This record gives sequence, C-alpha cells and structure tokens, in this order.
Amino acid sequence: MPNPDKDPKEGEGRPSGEDLSTRVMPGLAARRMGTGLTAPPTAAVPPPTGPARQAPAPPAPGSGRLAEGTVLQDRYRILGVLGSGGMSTVYKAQDLRFPKVQRFCAVKEMLNTATDPRVRAVMMQNFEREASILATLQHPAIPQVYDYFTEGDRAYLVTELIPGKDLETLLNETEGFFPEPQVVQWAIQICDVLTYLHTRRPQPIVFRDMKPSNLMLDDQGRIRLVDFGIAKVFQSGEKGTMIGTEGYSPPEQYRGVAEPRGDIYALGATLHHLLTKQDPRLEPPFTFHKRPIHQYNPAVSAELQEIIYRALEYDIQKRFGSAEEMKRALLSLKSARGLVSTAYMPTPEGVHPDALKVIWQFACEDEVRSSPCIHEGILYVGAYDNNLYALDAETGKFLWKYATEGGIASSPAVADGRVFFGSTDGSLYALNAETGRLMWTYPTKARIYSSPRVQFGHVFIGSDDHHLYAVNATSGRMAWKVETEGAVRSTPATGPDAIYVGDEEGVLHAVGVNGRLIWRFRARRAITSSPVVSQDLLYVGSQDWFVYALDLRAGWVVWRYRTDGPVVSTPAVAEGTVFIGSADGHVYALDATNGYLVWRYRTGGQVTSSPAVYQGAVYVGSVDGYVYSLDARTGQLRWRFQTGGPVVSSPRVANDIVYVGSLDHNVYALPI
Amino acid sequence: MGWATDVGRQRSHNEDTVLVVELEQAGYHRTLPTGLLILADGMGGHLAGEVASALAARTAAQYILQACLTLLPTREHSADEPSLKEVLTEAFRRANERVTERVPGGGTTLLCALILGNQAYIANVGDSRAYLVSSTGCSQITRDHSLVDMMVELGQMTAEEAAHHPQRNVLYRAVGQKGLLEVDTFFCRIPPEGVLLLCSDGLWEMVSEEEIARVVTTSSSLQEACEALVEKANQAGGKDNISVILAATPGVADSEFHRPER
Repeated sequence: MPNPDKDPKEGEGRPSGEDLSTRVMPGLAARRMGTGLTAPPTAAVPPPTGPARQAPAPPAPGSGRLAEGTVLQDRYRILGVLGSGGMSTVYKAQDLRFPKVQRFCAVKEMLNTATDPRVRAVMMQNFEREASILATLQHPAIPQVYDYFTEGDRAYLVTELIPGKDLETLLNETEGFFPEPQVVQWAIQICDVLTYLHTRRPQPIVFRDMKPSNLMLDDQGRIRLVDFGIAKVFQSGEKGTMIGTEGYSPPEQYRGVAEPRGDIYALGATLHHLLTKQDPRLEPPFTFHKRPIHQYNPAVSAELQEIIYRALEYDIQKRFGSAEEMKRALLSLKSARGLVSTAYMPTPEGVHPDALKVIWQFACEDEVRSSPCIHEGILYVGAYDNNLYALDAETGKFLWKYATEGGIASSPAVADGRVFFGSTDGSLYALNAETGRLMWTYPTKARIYSSPRVQFGHVFIGSDDHHLYAVNATSGRMAWKVETEGAVRSTPATGPDAIYVGDEEGVLHAVGVNGRLIWRFRARRAITSSPVVSQDLLYVGSQDWFVYALDLRAGWVVWRYRTDGPVVSTPAVAEGTVFIGSADGHVYALDATNGYLVWRYRTGGQVTSSPAVYQGAVYVGSVDGYVYSLDARTGQLRWRFQTGGPVVSSPRVANDIVYVGSLDHNVYALPI
Repeated sequence: MGWATDVGRQRSHNEDTVLVVELEQAGYHRTLPTGLLILADGMGGHLAGEVASALAARTAAQYILQACLTLLPTREHSADEPSLKEVLTEAFRRANERVTERVPGGGTTLLCALILGNQAYIANVGDSRAYLVSSTGCSQITRDHSLVDMMVELGQMTAEEAAHHPQRNVLYRAVGQKGLLEVDTFFCRIPPEGVLLLCSDGLWEMVSEEEIARVVTTSSSLQEACEALVEKANQAGGKDNISVILAATPGVADSEFHRPER
C-alpha cells in the first residue's frame, strides 16, 4: 500500500498526517450563490476524485514553508505546522497582541500561483471579499475569523484555534462503527449550522465542502464546521489541475450549480461515510446507492438510511428542500430521542402474502423434492411416495401416476412423447408421456438423484454408482458410461458437442458425445448443482461455497463468486445475469460475464432450490417454506407465498403459472 | 492483428504505450491461438506519462503471460488456479502498485484484451476503449471511468454536454492512484465477421464511431485499417496521442480444439 502522504493527488486542504490533535479552521471561503466568485468554470468546481488526464503535477506547496518563530504582521508568531494540503498550509500561531496570556490562533497560508498579474489581482480581491463576508458570520459551530491579510504572493487568514479532532481522524481511529444516536446528533447539529448559512441575506452561503475532515468535534463534543475552502479562490482554471479527491460533492456541482441543497447532498455523503466506513473518495462518484448502508452496518435503522438516501438524490428537487426540513426528519427518528435503534430489517412493503390466491394445489403422499416439468398442458412431478404424477397443468386434475420402487427426487424431462426420470430404486424410466405406460427402464447400480437431460437422441443421467450414463432415448440401450470420482447427483448439461456434469467429489466432467473426456475441473467440494451452458460459458455452483463460470471449451475458470455457504442450487441465466441460491440463505444475481454482484436477497432459510426466470421476475423456493418472487433487475420482493414445509423443489413457469413442490407433500400452482 | 500509435498533431511526445503478444503452442498439447493486447495512455508531466504507461503495460503483460503459460496447455483445471478474471485483476493491481511506487505524479489508463480462440477477456481502467466493430457499426464494450461518463449515466448530463465539458478528461479511476484498484472485466465472443478494436481517447474523441466502422470494414488489412484510423484522427486535428490495436479471430474450428485426448 503506498504511503498516502507521498501521493501527489492528496486532496486540497486535507492535512497530511502530522499533528491532527488540534485542527483548526484553516480558512474560510464560502461560495455564495450567483456571485461568480471564482469565475473560471473549472475553478468553481471542487477537485473530483482521481487524477486528471494530461495532468502536470501541481507545484509543490509550501516551498518556503514558514519557519517556527517567524512573526507575521508583527503580531502572529508561528509555532508549528498543523497541516498542509495542495495549495495551503495551516500553522498554529500565538497572537502577540495579548502578551499577558497565551492566546493561540490558526493561520492559514495560501499561495497565489497565478502568473498573469491581472488574474493574480482578481484572486486577491476575491480572497479579501470572501474573508470579509466570513468574518461577519456568528454561529457557535463556525470558528471566528480574527484577521486576514496578504503578503506578497501569499494570503493569510487568522481564525480561532479549535482543539479537538476532525471526524475523519476520529473515524479512522475508531474500531467498529459509531452508534446511530451519536451520528444522528451530529447530523442535527450540522443541519443547524447549514440552516444558518443558507438563510444569510442578501444571499445564502453555500458551504460547498462538507466532508468528515471539515467537521471538527471540539473538546465539548460539539461539531464545528472548519475550512470553508477559501484556498479554492487560488485554484487556477487550467485543465489538469483538478487533482485531489472529492467524493462528497453533488452531481450538479459539475454543471457549475452551487446551491444550498448541494450541501444537503454532501451531508448525506458524509453521513454515509461515517456510518459505513466506506470512503467515497475511493469509489466512483455518485454511487452511494450501490453501497446500501445496512449492508455494511446492519445496526443502522431503515428510517435513517431512508433520510440519507433522500439527501443523496441526484435530482435536486427530490432532496430535502432545506437543512431545516432534513433536521425535522432526523428529529423524528427513534435514535434522535436516545432510544435504542431498531436494526435494519428488510420489510416486504406492500406485499400481502395472503393476497396471493393459489390457482390449485395437489397433495401427494410424501415430500415433493423433484421439480415439475410442464409439457403440452401436462405437469409431471416425482414424489417421495415413489410415484411419478401426471396432472392437468391448468386445473391440477389428477391424470395418472406411475409407481417405482423408490422415492423420486429426480426431476422429469419430456421429449418425443416420452417422460424420463430416475428413481432412488436405481433405475432410469421412460414412460409414454400421454398414458404413463412404461416404455423401458435402464437399471444403474445405485440410487438416482440426478435428473435426465435429453439431447442428441440420448438420455444423459448420473447415478450414485459413480457413473454418467448415455442411454438411447428410443431403445433404452446404454450407448456408453463414463466413470466419475464420486456419485453423480448433478443433472447433466449439454453444449453444442459435449455433455457436462458434476460429481460429489467436486469434479466437473466435460465429455464428448462419444463419451471421451474433453476436460475436467476440480472444485474443492462436491458439485451437486447442475451446470448451465450459456454463451460460451458454463455456470455451476459447488459446495465449496463458490459459483463458477468456466470456459466451455477448455474448462478454465473465467470468474468465480464466493457466497457464504455451500451452493447446491442450479443457476438460471437470463439477460446477462446469473441467478443462484446458496445455503447462506441468499438468492444472488451476478453479472454473467464478469461475476460482479448485481444484488442479493435474503430469505429465511437455505436456498437449495434453483431459480426460474420468467418475464422479468425470479421465482425460487427456500427452506424457510416460502416461494419467493423477486424483481429480476433489482432483487426487490414482488411477493412470497408460504407453503407448509421447506421448498427445495425448483419452480417452473409456464403459461403465466408458477409450479412448485414443497416438502409439505403439495404441488402448488400460483399466479405469476 | 494490427496496431499503430502516433504522437498526433498537437503534443510534443507520445505518452501512449502499445504492447502486443501472439502466443501459440503446437505439438502433442495444443493451445488455442492466444493474443495479448495492451494499450495504455499515460498522463503526468516530466515524462511521467510515458514511463507510467510503459511500466503498466509491461508489468501487466508479464503477469498475464506467466499465468497463460501455466493455465492454457492443460485439460485438468481446478479451483486452486486463479480465474481469468483474477489473473487480469491481479495484473492490473501489480501495474498499479509499480506505477504508484516508481512514477510519482504519473498515471495511466490501462486496457487489456486476452484473446483465446474467438473469445476475448477484457480488463479496463480509465478511458481507453474496446469496441467490437462490424459492418453494422461499433459497439462499445468498456465503460469510461470518467467523471462525465458517470454524469451521463446518471442522467445529469447529455452526451453532447459531456463531449465539451471542461472536465471531460477527468478520470475517477486510473492506474497510479492510491489504494486497491477496482478493475472492470468483460467477456465477449468475437464473431467471425467482427473485429476487436482497442484505442486511446486520441482516436475516439476525434473520429466518430460510424467513421471508425467504415474504415475498419473497408480496409484490406487490419494493419492498413490501424494506419488509416490514425490518419483520420490526425486529419481531425490530432489533439492527443493516438493508439489503435485491431484483432480478428483466427477462425479456429471448435472440433479442432475439441480433439479428445488418447
């Protein structure tokens, strides 16, 4: 990690380390609306995050830093440096006008680097105008301005010295998070001082530089607003000098708009940083919404989070109209009244689980772990009562059932008028899809939990006897079998010219249509999840907690994503997104090409069921007994439906009906 | 494959770096034809820009090639290997560390495409761009890490405003910045009739996407197309250094690579 002190892009006005125990108000330069104070448009804008293109390094500041003991204006004896930033240095000084007592003050020195004499003169005038306005401010949270003057190419501002720590330093020194009531108290105080600034006449004063390092906590525990950033007066408007980090500024500032509600945005950004410890200067600009506060700090109440996100609205009109209004919202919080804050709980707002009317339900005689298959108006599903059921998909009416010698965990597949499925009695069955009459069986040497995949005229299925089988779909004769390292409970996937399947030893096998090995991939735990092929990639979960995307043709890992639990669920891929469940209780949406998390949704139990995607919605079951419908784009809950037992079966959607089995023995048909 | 880099009309020196490697292995084990394309656009005065872009490109190339030579020739893969995304991200982070250490005041964009057969794995930081070019036009794969791009994305600025914004050159992410570098990665298939284009802003700021597509699809070779694109950018003013890399897929048949062992 590079030493931040050496970084040339260190933000303007951010003291670099040394003595932070007493920081002061190093300068004041409030931006007033419509004054055109800093004429060049670029200079009116705070330095954005990151380096500027074609950026010459700025001239090193403090070339000729004042020596200790120097006396300015025959009055201020320099005692030492408190901090320095890109364009300025702050000194601790003693006021010699008060010889009998030790009266300390802070002296901020700013270098006017402009070379054009007219520009220099304008900058000095701006400085004097700003300083005189600020000297008139009277508010307990704003340090007093004692004096200002210029000497040669330098401008000085003398202010009250505030003993204490700034919130950025405090944040870095604090283990864990600040308690919510604490942060809310600070926020209320900040709203007070913003209200004061924003109601100045004739024109409101916009602080424009709200960030934790400009908020001092004095020794009485009060918040003081320091560094109005007067140094910006001296920033030249040339391209490439916008060096430093910002991260707290509202978007409109980059369009040259500075108005009071910009301070509200920056306060929102500051609160976000204080509560999450996620430094916005290290993130892309304006991305607070992508880092939900409760995800980092679950102790933050939903109400406070809502207030902060309202302050952080991109659209000025959607933010609080004034700091006063934001303060009122903060005061309504439980945490503002010193009560214990309620931890964030995702509340399914506007969702009425009972409002969902079941279209039909059908009771089997035992658990339904198998996922239904719908084909030409008939729903096929296996149950642990040994039967394969055929039901009318529209009405749930029983059509026929076929009894095997063991429970059926395998999900049926239909092709060419036949329904194929495995049974824990060890056999692969082919029935006439219409009548349920047995066409053929193929016995393996152990139980079958894997589900059949029909392709290339063959049925591919795994068995606990450590083999992947290819069985002729018409004759029921075995074409070949491939020995695997572990039991095969994963369901085979097929690509253009290959078959892919995982085993309980964690090996994923890519096998040619002739049964020969193409490549293998070894995960660290079992691959029970079934692979899915999409766009040259193969997606699969493993009990080693990872979701993998493998190169379809060569088997190397393209990306992987670690969840917080074993992944048994089979992925669903739609519109460039991979949806998958994990035993950590979440449903994940990952970017299919690079594995970035798009969203995740927490259910009340393990998610071993595989998601189904249909018309912009994701349907998935959870061991908590619910079937969930989530918005595929945002992960927001659309509805959930409670069954009488864990839902490990994967929903299927056909003709706007969601079909799913539950361990409560039922098969449900629900409206999408 | 073709490439070109040029100082442009208004700069005194070229701060861009282009690094291209073609890798193939034949014999008992075969690998897919592999290409590594790297383009870096440096910034910072006093030669820092060119030093940063060259150092970043070489550092990333070294790491990626080493990983490729380990990963590619085998049919047995495991979770103990880094993913391609991790390889690319780690290569960029190493480049970032070295640039931060050795080139204070310098920074660079970094764009890298690892082509394996007809698949491209792309990593990007900054505002150099990767496009898929075909007769139907250019489709941009990467996203600029620029302030104005973010403003446009948020609907706070129009593309037109962004193109003329005084801070359009301000990046919020680049190699040479402190902290852990976030890297964007992309995966795409290069269609048989398509061409992968990598370029610095010296091209895309000067030449329209329509014009780029026209030049690429009408040139007789990729190299000729690269040179023609540089020429176009210079004709338009050549405000910045111009770098271009073009790559097409070698048309490898799936079955060829799928030849089973034994």
